[in-house]
Amino acid sequence: MFGYYLRLAIKSIRRNPYLSGLMMLAIGLGIGASMTTLTVNYLMSSNPIPQKSDTLYYVQLDSWSPHEPAQEPNEPPDQITWRDAINLMQAGQASKQSAMASSAAVIEPADRNNKPFLASLRLNYTDFFTMFDAPFLYGSGWANSDDKQRKLVTVISKKTNDRVFGGENSVGRSVTIGGKRFTVTGVLNEWVLVPKFYDVTTGAFDETEDAYIPFLLKETLELPNGGNTNCWKSPEGEGFQAFLQSECVNYQMWVELPTEEDRDNYMAFLDAYAQEQKAMGRFPRPLNNRLPDVMTWMETEEVVADDAQIMMWLAFLFLLVCLLNTVGLLLSKYATRTGDIALRRAVGASKGAIFTQYIIESAVIGLIGGALGLALAAVGLQGIKSLYGDFVSELAQLDLLMVSIAILLAVVSSVIAGCYPAWRACAIPPASQLKNQ
Amino acid sequence: MNQWEIGPIFRALSRNKVGAVLIALQMAVTMTIIVNAVFIIVERSALMQRESGVDEANTFYLTSTGFGKNFEHKRVVTEDLDRLRRTPGVVDAIQINAIPISGGGWSMSLSTEPGDDVEDVGTANYLVDDHAINTLDLQLIAGENFTPSEIRWRERNQPDWPATAILTKALVQSLFPDTPWQQTVGSAVYIGEDEPVIIKGIVDKLQAPWIGWDDLEHAMLSPEKTVSESTRYLIRTEPGQRDALMAKVEATLAEAYPNRIIRDVTTLTETRERSYRQHSAMIKILALVMVLLTAITAMGIVGLASFNVNRRKKQIGTRRALGASKGAIIRYFMLENMMISTAGIMLGVALTIGLNMLLIQWFAVSALQWFYIPAGVVLLLVVGQLAVLGPAMRASNIPPAMATRTI
Repeated sequence: MFGYYLRLAIKSIRRNPYLSGLMMLAIGLGIGASMTTLTVNYLMSSNPIPQKSDTLYYVQLDSWSPHEPAQEPNEPPDQITWRDAINLMQAGQASKQSAMASSAAVIEPADRNNKPFLASLRLNYTDFFTMFDAPFLYGSGWANSDDKQRKLVTVISKKTNDRVFGGENSVGRSVTIGGKRFTVTGVLNEWVLVPKFYDVTTGAFDETEDAYIPFLLKETLELPNGGNTNCWKSPEGEGFQAFLQSECVNYQMWVELPTEEDRDNYMAFLDAYAQEQKAMGRFPRPLNNRLPDVMTWMETEEVVADDAQIMMWLAFLFLLVCLLNTVGLLLSKYATRTGDIALRRAVGASKGAIFTQYIIESAVIGLIGGALGLALAAVGLQGIKSLYGDFVSELAQLDLLMVSIAILLAVVSSVIAGCYPAWRACAIPPASQLKNQ
Repeated sequence: MNQWEIGPIFRALSRNKVGAVLIALQMAVTMTIIVNAVFIIVERSALMQRESGVDEANTFYLTSTGFGKNFEHKRVVTEDLDRLRRTPGVVDAIQINAIPISGGGWSMSLSTEPGDDVEDVGTANYLVDDHAINTLDLQLIAGENFTPSEIRWRERNQPDWPATAILTKALVQSLFPDTPWQQTVGSAVYIGEDEPVIIKGIVDKLQAPWIGWDDLEHAMLSPEKTVSESTRYLIRTEPGQRDALMAKVEATLAEAYPNRIIRDVTTLTETRERSYRQHSAMIKILALVMVLLTAITAMGIVGLASFNVNRRKKQIGTRRALGASKGAIIRYFMLENMMISTAGIMLGVALTIGLNMLLIQWFAVSALQWFYIPAGVVLLLVVGQLAVLGPAMRASNIPPAMATRTI
């Protein structure tokens, strides 16, 4: 029977191309708009490290001014000071931990014909690589002892490796960064993080860095600050050391705490640390430390932009209008066929059969509309890319899940839209329309 | 009243409620989206219209990063500036620490009294020399420009500030709300907790780097050149010369020293576009949504009205045979649509205000101004009437003889 109803549905669609086309277009546009905005929101809010996002925690210490919070209402600063980063790393209270910072330096390839270029740097401890499951193409992170000894070692990105070493395995070779010769211990594979959760203070959708070096080299090499620097009071004294020891925040810190108990212990440790600092005259604000996990931190930092959410809700309203439209049009379409229906009922078709037939027709319209919607969503995402520029290119991609959602949404919503008209159609009494014929 | 047939239309409508309700609902939601979208568009356009104060069309900038042990930053900056200012077609050039409206820069707090617990005002800091007013195309509206001897070198990580500064009028007005701005020249403001800076001059307008900042019009010029690996030059050219000079300047500077990288050669026009891209994208997307939505709603009305016309062919023929004019038939359908639309639009007004309240609460959008609502009402009524016009005309062309036929 299903095949027969399907044939009937297609025949009926063909017989009324304008009305059917309009319905498909309406559903297509509604689905297209919803899927475009849904995809952007879904990717913006996606979990970049699902396998361990709830065991990784971002450290927030309230080291701010006695007179005002770092951010209203009573939020601690989104980064920590150099002193606190060093102290927390020395205490080593978590199973894995890394303080980090961003900076930049010129990389000079050994080959004279290969031009020097400015590279973005991440300064971190070697735990960074294992904590965040960084994918290695060659080699690995540096040794734990290299961190303390401030060895000139580096892990470089695939892009940097391609540029400096022509893509060869460069582990053990040296590269000049900021005028110093560094030994490569590892080369990362392509690493696309959406969002780049480990540092969202500058841009949640930036690319990962060109090279990674031990954190303490910041002090040794006097590397400039990357990202945002915020101070509630001016540094005391002049020079690089004074700046490092100031109350300016420019560093991030992550810890891995596998169990709930570890987390509680670490939180207690942070509070005890703050009390200790208070005794030394720092941390003038009331105790207000935080330890958000990855997804909580993404929410706090509002990684999903307001505009994207507004557009998503407007798109769903848009879909609603399209569906109302479809219901209206289906209603008129089925109403023109009352004679047809009455005849079929009179020769023995049950109400259920008529209902099924019209629901199938709605589903077919929904399916075609959904396919059209997917095509429109693909166009829409291209449009988003061209409107917002390259930085969203990772955001504007349809994956299998989104494709399935689109088709499902289209079919389900058009079947729902078809229910009332189909019910009306099958409620027609068999004899009513026959007398006129 | 009888002549307008309100009663019969209403009774006919109530026998076929669902179709009418659907159209009304569509119009309600369409109005909700359109009015809120137009409001957001108008707000964003107003944001985009704000002027930076800089001669954007004829200005570009670039970054020079020196490397290697023998790179003498001070000498290079001095020679670069000389070279740039002597280049034909260049109006003036400066070294600057941040580019207006680019998104990245320095900010500090200023207060009118010393002390750590006093009300302060945020400002962007531009570190520039005495050529800044000319290069940035600012108007000095009170006080004086810096003298060349006043310009100092700021070493890396040097925390203190020079003794004088030039402020924007908006910044001065925020700092001294009770004093006429002209009279603030010579007053001291405090940077950090207790470092006094004397206001040497006031300029008309210069925006900060962050377009989303509440204090966008607050900016301060500090008379200093900076020592660092990476330095930025901002260059203003004579009209029409910018693009040619960009390539030329890049090549000249790159040739002058082998141990440096010249990068990010960018026009201010490009910077504005990038900074405001999010807003212009939102405007374009919302505009497209409005057009599509109006089209879909209109097509829905056309579809439903056509269907009604077809269904009532015989009835219309009968009315024509009984003496109703073509105009009367058209009027019937238009009135019917007017009644449906009015119901929908009334609901739409409530929904529009509701959505606006949600947007205010969740997304910090500001409150809708009242006149958007009547404008939306008129727009939707017109769209409804235009959409129904076609089917109504077709209805009026139904011949009276139709009354005698079956179906």
